[in-house]
Amino acid sequence: MKKILIVDDEPNIVMSLEYIFKKEDFEVFIARDGAEAIEIVENTIPDIILLDIMMPNVDGYQVLNYLKDSESLRKIKVIFLSAKNKASDIELGLQLGADKYISKPFAIKNLVKEVKELLNKK
Amino acid sequence: MSSFLVIFVILVYLAVIFYVAYWAEKNSKSRWVNNPYVYTLSLAVYCTAWTYYGSVGLAATSGLKFLTIYLGPIIIIPTWVILMRKIIRISKGNKISTLADFISLRYGNDRFLGALVTFVCVIAIVPYISLQLKAISETFNVITNHKISPISILDDTTFYIAILLATFAAFFGTQHTDASERHKGIITAIALESVIKLVFFLVIGFYVTFYLFNGPGDIYNKASVLPNFETQQTIDGLNGGFNWFLLSLLSMIAIVLLPRQFQVTVIENEREKYLKKVIWLFPLYLLLFNVFVIFIAWGGNIIFQNQQVDADLFTLLLPLSNNNEFLALLVFLGGFSAAISMVVISSLALATMLSNNLIIPYGFLRRFSEAESDENTESIKNIRRIAIFSLIIIAYFFYKGFTLDRSLVSIGLISFVLIAQLAPAFFGGLFWRRGSSKGAKYGIIAGFLITVYTLLIPLTFESQSIASSFVDEGLFGVNIFKPYELFGLQIFEPVTHAFFWSLFFNAIIYSFVSVNKLGSYRERNFAEMFVDSTKYAALQEGAYVWKGEAYVRDIRKVLTRFLGEGRTERALNLFFMKYDIDKKTQFADARLVNFSEKLLTGSIGSASARILIASVVKEEEISLTEVLNILDETQKAKESNKELKERDKQKDEFLDTVAHELKTPITSIRALSEILLADDEIDNPTKKKFLSSIVSESERVSRLINNILDLEKLATGKEKFNLNPNSIRNTILKSINPFRQLAVNKGIKISLEEINDVEIVYDEDRIQQVIVNLLSNAFKFSNEENGEVKISTYVNQNKVEIAVEDNGKGIEKDELFSIFNKFYQSKNQTLLKPIGSGLGLAISKQIIESHNGKIWAENINPQGARLTFTLPLNTKYDEKDINS
Repeated sequence: MKKILIVDDEPNIVMSLEYIFKKEDFEVFIARDGAEAIEIVENTIPDIILLDIMMPNVDGYQVLNYLKDSESLRKIKVIFLSAKNKASDIELGLQLGADKYISKPFAIKNLVKEVKELLNKK
Repeated sequence: MSSFLVIFVILVYLAVIFYVAYWAEKNSKSRWVNNPYVYTLSLAVYCTAWTYYGSVGLAATSGLKFLTIYLGPIIIIPTWVILMRKIIRISKGNKISTLADFISLRYGNDRFLGALVTFVCVIAIVPYISLQLKAISETFNVITNHKISPISILDDTTFYIAILLATFAAFFGTQHTDASERHKGIITAIALESVIKLVFFLVIGFYVTFYLFNGPGDIYNKASVLPNFETQQTIDGLNGGFNWFLLSLLSMIAIVLLPRQFQVTVIENEREKYLKKVIWLFPLYLLLFNVFVIFIAWGGNIIFQNQQVDADLFTLLLPLSNNNEFLALLVFLGGFSAAISMVVISSLALATMLSNNLIIPYGFLRRFSEAESDENTESIKNIRRIAIFSLIIIAYFFYKGFTLDRSLVSIGLISFVLIAQLAPAFFGGLFWRRGSSKGAKYGIIAGFLITVYTLLIPLTFESQSIASSFVDEGLFGVNIFKPYELFGLQIFEPVTHAFFWSLFFNAIIYSFVSVNKLGSYRERNFAEMFVDSTKYAALQEGAYVWKGEAYVRDIRKVLTRFLGEGRTERALNLFFMKYDIDKKTQFADARLVNFSEKLLTGSIGSASARILIASVVKEEEISLTEVLNILDETQKAKESNKELKERDKQKDEFLDTVAHELKTPITSIRALSEILLADDEIDNPTKKKFLSSIVSESERVSRLINNILDLEKLATGKEKFNLNPNSIRNTILKSINPFRQLAVNKGIKISLEEINDVEIVYDEDRIQQVIVNLLSNAFKFSNEENGEVKISTYVNQNKVEIAVEDNGKGIEKDELFSIFNKFYQSKNQTLLKPIGSGLGLAISKQIIESHNGKIWAENINPQGARLTFTLPLNTKYDEKDINS
């Protein structure tokens, strides 16, 4: 079973994502901010992370930097999920090393498809 | 070593330098050409053959004095960087191409002043160029073992080298007609030469210190037993101290004002931020260059003890006397590269000065104003090429014709003193508005004449008996006119003495004349632009005040003669676009006049540009006060424009945040609805949960929209308040009611301290909204166990204070103010995301401030936060605010 970590401070977004990925047979982990995300990542190395950017305390950029700094965590796939959708935001996100950048609001089917594609790609 | 071998090596070396310059010119956008290191290294053109040989000579004969020439620049570098930033900005903004242009422009495009500066520079620098040629020639003779220089020019290798250098400078120096453009080929070559000369000098330094001797200690021990050692290595009392100080000051001026330094630092500067690298790299370069000077000098003194050997040649003779010809060749090449860098840059800078500030403004203007653009650009380039050749050839004959038996150092210092005469006009012009062109001219002339009297005349005729009586007894035998002891001043050596008196009179006359004679309005206009460069830089063409009548058609005609049709059209189009002027405009304004002058300045110098443009426009005199008023207004207009832009930016940021805040609930709504739509197997409780979330997220959207509209109304003052006398006690009780159930559910205690009731005028709904906001905030943050929210009032003479406290974690110190900002989310917020809009406190603040009250947040003991607002008791509202 593939492991997915959902990082967002919006409970209703988390709720919908949790439901859909459980249904798709993922093992789902949830973090409500960056600090919690890092803690979970260290304990359970997920296959993919859905990462919000604007969160209190530790934001999405910092989480991504943390991952890219670590030899063992660098290979985890990361999709940024953010309401920031200016071209410059997207470019920055990808430059920092995210595999995908999906703007909010997103179509949930499409998100599931992207996640699967990314995991099948080697 | 055979001459042929040395000549062969020289030719190969020159071929490499030519190739590098050619490559850099072709690849002028390459990173190898445009970087702060090339820039810093090109500044090292300061180190000439003088450094290579002369420093050692000076160190060998007079000890530590050689250091002053390098200490000055090292000490001044931080100040230098700040100063240069200003100079570079002014120069770039006005397309200045030489030091003479800079000074002439500052004093109102003064033609005579430009020419005078050029004259002083030529007199100062040509002998110095000769000296470099002499160094090449002498070292060539030493290394090839020629005892005497060839008599005939045609047999003299130096002559051919001079011709090659002139060709190099003329070819790469006149690629553009606009002399304010950068000469990347030459600069890259110079940077390479700076590396070569330093590396080879370090090599010989190591060789002498660690191969010929056993390290610095060994040299010191052996040198310290030589006669005169003690006196050489000290500063020599108070007099010596004065001399040291003045020499350092002299070299500080030189690093800014030497034409070759001005060329490499200002004209060739690609980006201002390169200066940051210079701040440490250049002093490091100078330090490295000087590390071994003293050891080579001591080494020479020890090895050539009791022999008649020229100390200036120690660097070369030390390896030769040990039969290390290869090393000697390296030293020769290092010195050679130091010499030719100086010759090339100096001749380029001087030639531009000669053409733009002397030859063109005095001799060619009429011809230019009648000829076509192709002819003109070709003539301008030819004038510069001929000037470069003439300068180098004159320098060559100067060296041949005069027995230059002065040491390298002393001629260098004389040229420093002459150049220093430009200092009062230059620095005064940068920092003092009143400095006038008349003052500058008289000051420079006086300083120059004094230098001639106290330094040039006695030195030139030194060996003749007529001079010795002149030096010993003074002019006409008058004691106080002794050239080396003017007015009885005896504590200085000749160079510092001349420097002191010439600069003293120069500066006094400059200030005196400037104070007593007002400059023209034009001068004052440029004075404002130079002195307050940061203030006016943003105004660009607008910083220039001009009144009169001019036609675009006439100005276009003049420009076309120099720039050609294509460039003129392009430049004018850009100008019209920049200032949003109709292209068909007939009348030219001050900005166009100034813009056109700048366009021409790079090609023909500022004075000529002014004369040419003035010939087609009818200028009116304006008073100085008018100039200053107009400048002030333009400046203010610019500033208010900036404020508008700042407000626009804030609005953009606000809109961004609003968009983000709206998208978040919509994301949840969309995701949950999609699931409900697609998934038929979903169980009932989950379905219910999803639907209720959709409802609450929808409410969040509408709340957000309402709040934004609310805030907008309050902020723009469009909101009409319903102002009536109300009981504050009633309002508080009304506000608490909706919270009672919530308090029971969450186990939070609401304590209401005794309320002093007063009746004041306010909009009850709005104040209730504020109290509700504060209460919901307090509920959000109060302690999870034993939560308590406390409301209290306090009435004093002129206001009532209403405070809401919780017993939660309190507010981070740096957040006490920002929590009232729109969309601010506290760091300590517990997860109740969908409830707040991020605007509650911002709205509350607007409401309270509209009621002439205050609102603030503070932390309380032992734990918790208190938010307090005030309402004035005797509120006086404008009639129109009261809704009757």
